Amino acid sequence: MITYEFLVASAIGVLVAGGIFLALRARTFQVVLGLTLFSYAVNLFLFASGRLVTGRPAIWDKAVTDYTDPLPQALVLTAIVITFGMTAFVVILALRSFLETGSDHVDGASVPCDAQDGLADGEETRL
Amino acid sequence: MTLAEHLPILPVVIPALAAPIALLVMRRRRALALGIAFAACLAQLAAALAVMARVSDGTILAYALGNWPAPFGIVLVADRLAALMLVLTAVLALVTLSHAVLTRADRKGWHFHPLFQFQLMGLNGAFLTGDLFNLFVFFEVLLIASYGLMLHGQGPARLKAGVQYVVVNLVGSSLFLIALGMLYALTGTLNMADMGLRVAVVPAEDQGLLRIAGLLLVSVFALKAAVAPLHLWLPRTYAVATPAVAALFAIMTKVGVYSIIRVVPQVFGESAGAAAWVPAPWLLPAALVSAAIGFIGVFAARSLSEQAAYAVIGSTGTLLIAVAGWSAESLGAALYYLVHSTLAGAALFLVADVAARRRGAYADNAAPGPAFAGRGVAAMLFMVAAIAAAGLPPLSGFIGKLLILQAVAPMPDWGWAWAWGVILGTTLIGVIGFARAGSAVFWQSVESEAPAPTATARASGTPRDLVAPALALALLAALSAGAGPASGYAMAAAAQVLDPAASAAVVLTENAR
Repeated sequence: MITYEFLVASAIGVLVAGGIFLALRARTFQVVLGLTLFSYAVNLFLFASGRLVTGRPAIWDKAVTDYTDPLPQALVLTAIVITFGMTAFVVILALRSFLETGSDHVDGASVPCDAQDGLADGEETRL
Repeated sequence: MTLAEHLPILPVVIPALAAPIALLVMRRRRALALGIAFAACLAQLAAALAVMARVSDGTILAYALGNWPAPFGIVLVADRLAALMLVLTAVLALVTLSHAVLTRADRKGWHFHPLFQFQLMGLNGAFLTGDLFNLFVFFEVLLIASYGLMLHGQGPARLKAGVQYVVVNLVGSSLFLIALGMLYALTGTLNMADMGLRVAVVPAEDQGLLRIAGLLLVSVFALKAAVAPLHLWLPRTYAVATPAVAALFAIMTKVGVYSIIRVVPQVFGESAGAAAWVPAPWLLPAALVSAAIGFIGVFAARSLSEQAAYAVIGSTGTLLIAVAGWSAESLGAALYYLVHSTLAGAALFLVADVAARRRGAYADNAAPGPAFAGRGVAAMLFMVAAIAAAGLPPLSGFIGKLLILQAVAPMPDWGWAWAWGVILGTTLIGVIGFARAGSAVFWQSVESEAPAPTATARASGTPRDLVAPALALALLAALSAGAGPASGYAMAAAAQVLDPAASAAVVLTENAR
């Protein structure tokens, strides 16, 4: 039987794998996507660190005696805010870097875009 | 509650208030913004010294934020080590800020002063916090400010290096969060002192996870400290950053070292049961390799700023060799050397800037250029900074390395032989590297076919930019002259760090406030 734990763990695993694969690519856009996937995985992982509990409140309720752990929810909120801000920043930074250096390679190699993936010349100059 | 009880929060609050005010007045009244920036730095220095005066007798100050009792709320802990780092940060901030202002580097972008203050807030917070998640948050504060500062002045080289720097640190932050999630899942707490008590009772089947979490956490700190093999981001970033900023960044690698010194004895110390000292065996080899790489880089560097960046890696490696001894003597030696290497690294970056300003188109490339005005003073500053960074007598680098050599002598399993060999060998390589670069830049001169330095380049090399490097070197001289009290304080701080039970007792009983 497939448990919640199995589902969440697999989802985190797949996200991490995809994120790391993309983060190791040479172009900044793919790297940014990879980091985003990776941070989703981390947020899920952090959320799951308080154990997976369904149907229980996180804050005090007169009628119940069992609660889910509220702290990971607070932690994951902080982490989401920070990673969201950082993703926005890195997108702008990557864009500035591309516009200023004419290359979107992470290592700054000035390989023209069309030599990499066959983009038409016109498309590149429009950027 | 009196003001004195709020003392531990002041080093965080002062820059947090100064930054937005500086942001508000920066555009219209630059003099006012400068006044605020300097006043904030001086106030931080005063607060740091006050904290140091309070804790120097061995007291541990615990400050519960929002008055939430310790394991549940966030707690700030000021002990000797934290106070030392606070004072070092404030002193370094004053030196680098005056260099930025005197060379007008702060005018190359709009937000230098607010970012600078936020950077200090992150640094001070990271040194004070007693909560692991809060440490993550302050890491993020200092990193976000450092992204802005690193890109200050812009230009293609900085943007290129900036993308790498940001990406590397984002991955590092994510790994930090994973380690935190695992530790929280295993121990149910994020307070460092509380976690130190609870790792001892983690059940046997979870020991593997605990070990992985510890290693992951220390890997993240090693990434921030630029320990080999995680050092590759540093040289390019620091070499292209604005020199005053790079000089401030000399303390950023020390944040990683500080975190290792703080977290490993407290959480994975003697009392941690099966997971005790898990990260310790990995530290010495990594430290040896980074010391070697750093000083070989010093030898091979193509410019003075790149050389300074490699010197930072090498000195962090040397520092961690001492840390890897995990005894009170070796940690004390490491702390003394930490103060020295931060100031020496900063001095190298500032001197590289002094040379670059005077050499026009040749900048700080380690290649002979045409003779330039003010060569004697610049050469003298470089020589003193190089003596300090390489660890030659009479400056504090020599005393620091001597203390380290003495303290690592009892290391088991030939560890001491490796440590001695690497420290002495890298010192030699470093001396040769500095001598080579220095003689190329300051002694040899070629008739240049390129035009002589332009009027603007010459004008930028005014004597005003000598103030901050001279100040940094004077601080190093003071550290050498006061080596007795300074190393005594460092030893006491190290002994306090290695006794986590005392700090846990203070932190976890501070509930009444």
